[in-house]
Parts: sequence; structure tokens; C-alpha cells
Amino acid sequence: MDLSYSKEDLTFRDEVRAFLAEHLPEEIASAVRCGGELTKAMMEEWHAILNTRGWLATIWPKEFGGPGWSPVQKHIFEEECCRAYAPRIVPFGLNMLGPVLIKFGSKEQQDHYLPRILDGTDWWCQGYSEPGAGSDLASLKTKAERDGDAWVINGQKTWTTLGQHADWIFCLCRTDPDVKQQAGISFILVDMATPGIEVRPIKLIEGGHEVNEVFFTDVRVPIGNLVGEENKGWTIAKFLLSHERTGIAGVGFSMQALAEVKAIARQTMRGGKPLIEDPLFAARIAQAEIDLEAMKITNLRMLFKAQEQGAPGPETSLLKIKGTVINQELKDLARRALGPAAAPFPGHVTEGNLMFGPTDTEHNAARYFNNRKTSIFGGSNEIQRNIVTKTMLEL
Amino acid sequence: MDFNLTEDRQMLADTLGRFLSEQYPVEHRIKVAYEAPYHDPALWDQLVELGALYALAPEEAGGMGGSGFDVSVVFEALGKALCPEPVLGALMASRILAAAGADQEGLLTGASKYAVAITEIDAPYELDQIATVAMAKGDEFALSGRKSTVYGGQAADAILVAAKYGDGLGVFAVNASDANVTGYGMMDGGGAAEVLLDDTPATLILAEAEAALEDAVNAGIVALCAEAVGAMDVAHATTVDYLKQRKQFGVPIGKFQVLQHRAVDMLTAIEQARSITIKAAAELGGEDASRYSSMAKNMIGRAARLVAEESIQMHGGIAMTWEYAVSHYAKRLIMLDAQLGDTDYHLSQVMKDYAA
Repeated sequence: MDLSYSKEDLTFRDEVRAFLAEHLPEEIASAVRCGGELTKAMMEEWHAILNTRGWLATIWPKEFGGPGWSPVQKHIFEEECCRAYAPRIVPFGLNMLGPVLIKFGSKEQQDHYLPRILDGTDWWCQGYSEPGAGSDLASLKTKAERDGDAWVINGQKTWTTLGQHADWIFCLCRTDPDVKQQAGISFILVDMATPGIEVRPIKLIEGGHEVNEVFFTDVRVPIGNLVGEENKGWTIAKFLLSHERTGIAGVGFSMQALAEVKAIARQTMRGGKPLIEDPLFAARIAQAEIDLEAMKITNLRMLFKAQEQGAPGPETSLLKIKGTVINQELKDLARRALGPAAAPFPGHVTEGNLMFGPTDTEHNAARYFNNRKTSIFGGSNEIQRNIVTKTMLEL
Repeated sequence: MDFNLTEDRQMLADTLGRFLSEQYPVEHRIKVAYEAPYHDPALWDQLVELGALYALAPEEAGGMGGSGFDVSVVFEALGKALCPEPVLGALMASRILAAAGADQEGLLTGASKYAVAITEIDAPYELDQIATVAMAKGDEFALSGRKSTVYGGQAADAILVAAKYGDGLGVFAVNASDANVTGYGMMDGGGAAEVLLDDTPATLILAEAEAALEDAVNAGIVALCAEAVGAMDVAHATTVDYLKQRKQFGVPIGKFQVLQHRAVDMLTAIEQARSITIKAAAELGGEDASRYSSMAKNMIGRAARLVAEESIQMHGGIAMTWEYAVSHYAKRLIMLDAQLGDTDYHLSQVMKDYAA
């Protein structure tokens, strides 16, 4: 039993830390720190910086352009990125489609798409959920029918994150309506510029534009855009959902959030004293901090197991269930610590009119609301409980 | 980073586990844990022979272990079996004797059973509220005061007493036969004692003993947390098993999602509790030991209550009976909260660092 990083891992951590100190642009870090929406340009700039260093496709094998890191190194990298307030890597091309193509794609597909993901030529988005297929994803209805050398796609996808920036979308489509639901799904790549595709923004609870609806009307896609075998898309879908789970506990983001809650509670005055000295509030922080300390170790235990076994186990569902709730609690504490100062709509308090508080805290309420998503997306926490019920409890 | 036990510790865990499941089945445990002397002296001797106490002390004190992970391995095994033997007192006494550089052969061979008396009615957890006092009498000392719920005190030969001495606290050894010791059994099995000290002769073991007492408490907390993890594992496994067996409305009740999700939430709480216990064990003896012990004891308090109450609720009536083992696991899980600082006490300890 040894909880410390190895000497090599510590050297690696220092290397990452030094790289971030030197290469993460201050304006990007401060945009992440204040919690507003990042622009497409910022995300692309950060991807390009990482790509130059060879650290962008962190989970790809070396021969495809990945850095060849161990799970622990990936974890260290993510942890350090959080510490430095680097943006999250946009996952759709790099962490989702990339591994799918590496595992299921043809040589031609790999050679064509993977370099374009790395150099930022193609921005990908994910066409999974539909209005009638959320947790019950296998009931999806968007259909792709063969017509000569093309698929003709009709239907609707939704919750398409950052689809407004995307050049391409990978879609789960029904290609055989007459078999068991899971057996009639295919995984197809679609150029967003194809006629018949319409992207409509969905305004989220806090007012942000993060997700979209994507409508498909007689969209013609080359036959060769099928990944893997026809009607075997469900296998790919499951692979994609369970493949990369190291960051799922969001420990780094919760550590950021905890530091922020404490900083706010030290500045905020209640009854003539800093809020952090109020035992009721301090008790809530302390409980969240304890939960997070435990989660750090739980996360490392699962990483260690993944490293030993070669793949993460169903325990990652536990990380998601608890990790998201801890993060949500911290977001709630930040919002509550600010009190009325968290109430103005972001952007409505200007530098020249600081009625309520510093503008760098203005996004706290928005982030509280936005983060309610984390226990819903990526397989809701209830679905995660179903998974654990089946795989670990065998009920 | 390595979350596997070393070979030696794995062997110790296996040996203890095998011994306890063979010699200390739950029916036997229920029989001995609630009748004076509230443990099984014959099995105590065997447990000692297996090396359970040697594992708790470092080599320089004559033992073969003494790290946080040695402690957690031993107590997790004890917790699985719900073992009521007074090992906690031995552990805490061993830490204090080691700090004092005192001989502890009698302790490690099991020849003398030790209890550590810190708790008082008005100072259940706080060292700085201790009222028992020591007076010098020539070369020897005399203690006066009342120590309460001294775990293992009903069976102890020697009691290490924390008392006010000089400007701080000292630890004094008292022969149990010299003090007024009233032993009794506990709601969750096992025993404790009220120890009345009235000018009772005592030997000074360690002056300015605050740090040593804190270390002993931290070690005791790691032990209790590991014991709870072991007990929670069994309670949860028994509950999940019952969900598969018990049929109502024509189906195993484990088919009901309302119970499935609660069983998962128990598991999540247990894994988190295991993690924080590992952390506290890793930090034991270090600079931040008290902070992580407090974190662990707080989380264990919450998790143990959840697991105890949910195990009973999901079983239904059967877990309300004395005969069914889960009721005893639940009692232990609830009552260990009151040992060495409860959930709220340790939360407030963690909060102390926040003041700007």
C-alpha cells in the first residue's frame, strides 16, 4: 500500500506543471477561472498548443499520435490542467471518436480522420441522444437507409454539445428496424455541411448556448462513412461510453471548486465575521471537503485497478455517482456563499457599477445551474446505479 | 502508487480472517459478547498467538509492524467477525508505551491486558477538558477522578490513565486491582468499565503526553474505521444476498429498483469510507495525522449509520431480531460512532483549520 506517486510520476508532474506555466495563455486561464463560456477560438488555440507538444490525444496509443501515457500519468495531466485552470479538452473527436476509429475504423478512415482531429481541421460532435431516446438510447429512431452508394438519413438528434462549432457529427442510426433494438443500429460519420442538416440552438437553464438539436432531412452520406460493420453500432456505442472514464469523478474540477468556495467564504462577511467562521457554513464545506478527500483516493484506487487490469471496471460508475454530487454540492456552496451577489444575471453587473460584488464571481449561480447536467449526462446517475446493480451486485 | 497489500500483510489478513471465521463464528460471538467478561479469554490467547498484537507495534518497541496499514489490516479482520476482544486498548496503550520508550513485552505477549482511560463523562472526546488529576507522592503518584466507558476496562490488568499533571497531561499506569473498576457490557457487545480513582496509586509513564495521546487516539481512529469497513462489507453483502433470496409479490425483492439503487448507494458509501480509511492509515504518525483521522472518523460515522440503518430496513423484520447476525453488525456500526470522537466532533475538528 503506497499512496504516493513514483519518482518517475513526480518528474512527469513537474514537467507538466512547467509546460503549463510556460504555455497556457493567461487570457485563456482567466476565462476558465471566471467560469464564463469559452470561445471556439480559445479552445482551438489550446488544442493547437497541446498538439505541438504531442499531449493532445492523451488516450490514443503512441502509433496514432498519442503520448503513450499510463492511466496514472493521464490522471496527473488532468489534475495539473485543473490546477492551472486550463480548458477541458473538447472530448468528441479526441476522447470519443478517436478511440472508436482506432478500434473499429478501417485503415483509410484512420488515415483520413485521425490527423484531422489532431490538427484541428475537423471539429466533431456527438449524435447519440434523441428526443425519445435518452437513458433508453437503444430506442433511437433516426434512420439510415441504403440508396445505391449512399446512406439516406432522416431523423433528429438532440443535446448535441458544441454542435454549433462542428464540421462533422458521428451518429447512431437505425439501419434495421425489424430486429431487436440493439441489433439494428449503425455508427455513421456525417459531414455537417451536407444538404438537409439543420442545427438549432437549445438555450440552457442558465441562458448559455452549449447544446443543440440537429435535424436530418434526406441527408445523403457516402456508404464508406459507416464505421465497423452494419448493424453493429451498439457495440461501438457501448465501447465509447465505457472506454475513457479516468476523468469521470471530476476530482480536479472539484478541487478547483473547493478552493474557490473557501476563498469566497473568507471574503464574504456575515454578522461582522468572515462567513468561513460561521459554523453552519463551515460544516457544509468541511463535509464536502471530506467527501472529496475520499473521492481522490477512490479515484486513484480505480485508476490503479484499471492500470493492473488493462481496463476500467464497473466501479467507474461509482465515481460518476459520487463525483458529480460532490461537485454539485460545491457549486451550491459557492452560490450560497455569495448570497445576493450571486443573483445578478452574468453580464448585468459591469465594471463601472459594482453594486453587488466583483465581476469575477458573477458566473457562480450560472455554474450552479449549468452543473446540474453532470448527474444527467453520460448515462444519468440512475442509469449508473442500474449498471452497478447488474454488474457488481448481480441483482 | 500501489493499492495492493504487501505479501506479509496479506498473509496476516488471511490468517486472521481464517482463524476468526473458524473459531469466532457469529453465533459464538453473540454468546460471549454479551456476558461477563464480554469477550472470550481462551480466544484472546489464540488471537495473541497468531501475532495480532505484534502487528500493532513497531520493531523498536518489540513488535513487527505498527504502521497505519498494519493497524487497518488487523482491525478490518476483527470488524468482519465483529470480534469483541479488547484489541483497541492494546493498540492505544502500545502507542503510548512506545512514545514513552517503556517496555511493552507484557502487552505484546498478551500476558497483560491493557485499557486506555481518556474519556470522562464531561469530556467524552476532548483531551483539554480532562479533569482527573495526578498528585506526586514521593516517587510515586496518586490519581483522583472518574474515567468513563473505558473500553476493555472490564477485562484489563493495567489501565493507562490520562490525567492533568503539571501544566499539561500525563499518562499514568494503574493496576486495575488498585482502582474501583465497575465493568459492564455494551449495547453492541464487548465490554467497558467505569474507573473510579480516589487517591489511587499510579506510576508515571509519560509527562507532557498530549502528542502521544493524540497519536494513540489517531491510531485508535484508524482501527475503528477499519473495523467499521470490515463490518460494513459484511452487512452489505448479507443484505444483497438477502435481496436475492427473499421473495415477495412472487419475485425476489432485489428485482425492485427502489431497493437496488439503495444497495448501490450503500456500496458507494462503503467504498468512500474504505478510501478515507486508507488515507488516514497512510498519514498515521505523520504531520497531518490528526486532520485525516478526523476526516476518516466523520465519514465513517456517516457511512456506518447509513449501512446499519439501510441493512435493517431492507431486510425488514428479520434484522430486528437478536438471532439474526445483521442486527449485531448494525449495533456495532452505530455505536462505534461514540468511540474516540463522533461524526459531529470530528467535523468540527476539520473546520478548525478554516478560520482565516
